[in-house]
Amino acid sequence: MIGLRRKKKLEEGPEYYEYVSLSQGQMIWRAFRKHHLGNIGTAIVLILVVSAVFADFISPYDYKAQYNAYSFSPLSRLHFRSEDGFSLRPFVYKTTRQFDRVTYQPTFLEDTSTKYYIRFFVRGSSYKLLGLLKANIHLFGAYSKDGDQAMLFLLGADGFGRDLFTRTMIGGRISLAVGPLVILIIFPIGIVMGGISGYYGGGVDMFLQRLGEVFMAIPGLPILLVMGAALSGFGLPATIVFLGIIIALSIVSWAGMARIIRGQVLAIRQMDFVAAAQAAGSSDLRTIIRHIIPNVTSYLVVAATLTIPGMMLYEAALSFLGYGIHEPMTSWGQLLNAATNISGIEEHPWLLIPGVFIVIAVLAFNFMGDALRDAVDPFTIV
Amino acid sequence: MLPLLILVSVISFGLIQVMPGDYLTRARMNPQITQETFSQMMANYGLDKPFYVQYWLWLKQIVTKRDFGTSFETMRPVYWTLFMGDRLMWTIVISSSTMLLTWLISIPLGIYSATHQYKTSDHTLTFFGFLGLSIPNFFFALVVLWLLVAVFKVGNYGLGVGGLFDNRFINAPWSLAKIRNVLWHIWPAWLVIGTSGMAGLLRYMRGSLLDTLSLQYVQTARAKGLSERIVVYKHAVRNAINPLVSMLGMNLPTLVSGSLVTAIVLNLPTVERAFWSALQMQDTYVIMGGLLFFSLFLLLGNLLADILLAWVDPRIRYN
Repeated sequence: MIGLRRKKKLEEGPEYYEYVSLSQGQMIWRAFRKHHLGNIGTAIVLILVVSAVFADFISPYDYKAQYNAYSFSPLSRLHFRSEDGFSLRPFVYKTTRQFDRVTYQPTFLEDTSTKYYIRFFVRGSSYKLLGLLKANIHLFGAYSKDGDQAMLFLLGADGFGRDLFTRTMIGGRISLAVGPLVILIIFPIGIVMGGISGYYGGGVDMFLQRLGEVFMAIPGLPILLVMGAALSGFGLPATIVFLGIIIALSIVSWAGMARIIRGQVLAIRQMDFVAAAQAAGSSDLRTIIRHIIPNVTSYLVVAATLTIPGMMLYEAALSFLGYGIHEPMTSWGQLLNAATNISGIEEHPWLLIPGVFIVIAVLAFNFMGDALRDAVDPFTIV
Repeated sequence: MLPLLILVSVISFGLIQVMPGDYLTRARMNPQITQETFSQMMANYGLDKPFYVQYWLWLKQIVTKRDFGTSFETMRPVYWTLFMGDRLMWTIVISSSTMLLTWLISIPLGIYSATHQYKTSDHTLTFFGFLGLSIPNFFFALVVLWLLVAVFKVGNYGLGVGGLFDNRFINAPWSLAKIRNVLWHIWPAWLVIGTSGMAGLLRYMRGSLLDTLSLQYVQTARAKGLSERIVVYKHAVRNAINPLVSMLGMNLPTLVSGSLVTAIVLNLPTVERAFWSALQMQDTYVIMGGLLFFSLFLLLGNLLADILLAWVDPRIRYN
């Protein structure tokens, strides 16, 4: 591709400049590395994805297990210091629920007789790693010296006494999967619609553009809520509802994607190499697939990255309002559904923590997309 | 615009048809509905007929009588149920004031960001812009509520959260104290809805101004010896702002979605809130009316943005 000047330092002698030619991929990579926030974002995205894949291993309990005695248990307090002195290995105490005699408000009292140390790679409930391997090793758990187990609620517990940390880890799977799954559906649609629209222009273009405009004229959230309400009324299994939500999100967002692709195809269509391909007798389909689409791939990647956060936000809002992901499935938005009324939040503020994960994930995707956009093209495209 | 609205009506009607829950049975069980009104409703809307007849009757009622149907819950016309009291006014007041505030804050910040490119302040502004973009509206609203109620204990100072007034002001005539009370209730909405639109505007203003500042006429202006302030504000910003006006229309969907969620969480008496209650009650005609209203709102907003663009940039002519 284009030659770029790169400084090369020799062991001896003065610095000198060398001309090296870089491939397009190398140039994109270099520009991407320069965007620090984007790099941090990408790292966070990777961490979140890995933790979602290994969620059963990282989380100490089964996400459906209810420990009723610990309903609305606050965050477990990690101790380092006791009368025996300082311990580098943090420990927790067993808690018991007491009710205030007047207000009947539960409080959790620590029983300081036995210390339960945080241990790594402990045995616990069994699960299937990656959906294949049967395993029962968990990353951490709280055990006393004689092997007795104590509950460890890193992020507190919900009303059913389910561990919120576990549920947040598992919920991340759905929250993170929604965006890519939607893209899997709207990409083919967008490429076909946008490709035809941009390549042929004229009447077809007019028709497809008007069709897209109808879908864009309906504001997203209200129509999604109606679709979600339609889905949740049948008493369908949670997985079917989840797929339905994916399709609903695709219906709302395909038009925007088709428009972006159309714009790109339109620009590339004017290029000489397309005319050359046509002159050489290449068919329309071949020209689109072999000559135009490969040139818009980088933009497609950017568009995809920037679509994901929007989809995550929609899913979170839908699930929060009760028309998205259903029990027994869970997602970050669905977890926040427990925090709808203000008195509940006042007493159990830790129920809000899954929302922090949404913010971090969406922010990370946005930064990653921003960096990719800058890297792929210095001009704003989306 | 009209064909677009008709297609929107087809889509919303189709979706409602798929929705389960037999509202006919519900209406029949409703003690407020007498047998006569029920049979009249059946006849008017053709509820026992196939769906295309129903759609046709619904559309005919809208076109000929401007009747969007009747709410099965309130037994009043749809527009009354949606716009009851001051709802329409509050929706317009809240959305337009939020939009105005977003613009008033993000345009100067965008200019600042562009004139201080790659400085720490530029990066900080970008970061906070993105943060606002990334916080889900409902979560931000919940956090603001939690901060007000649990951390700052506003209840102790006799201030309520949610709604638009404290109880004592609801039926009181307008006074300075009432206006102050409204402002107290409205600022969380401004904050929550506004932040989601700010990042986009800020980034576009920054990008647009940077593009403009690199143009030759700006260099000419500098070469003439004009002060930097005049170069930036009179020459560059004036031209950089044009593409942003077209973004006004693009920002509207975010505004509608944002105010819908915020109205639900903060319990604001707006059209969005009425739509939400109708959705929970499966109040068919109100839901369809609400969807049409939101689409109309978007289309009108886009029209306004186009007119504004032609006014701001005289080079643009619509045929």
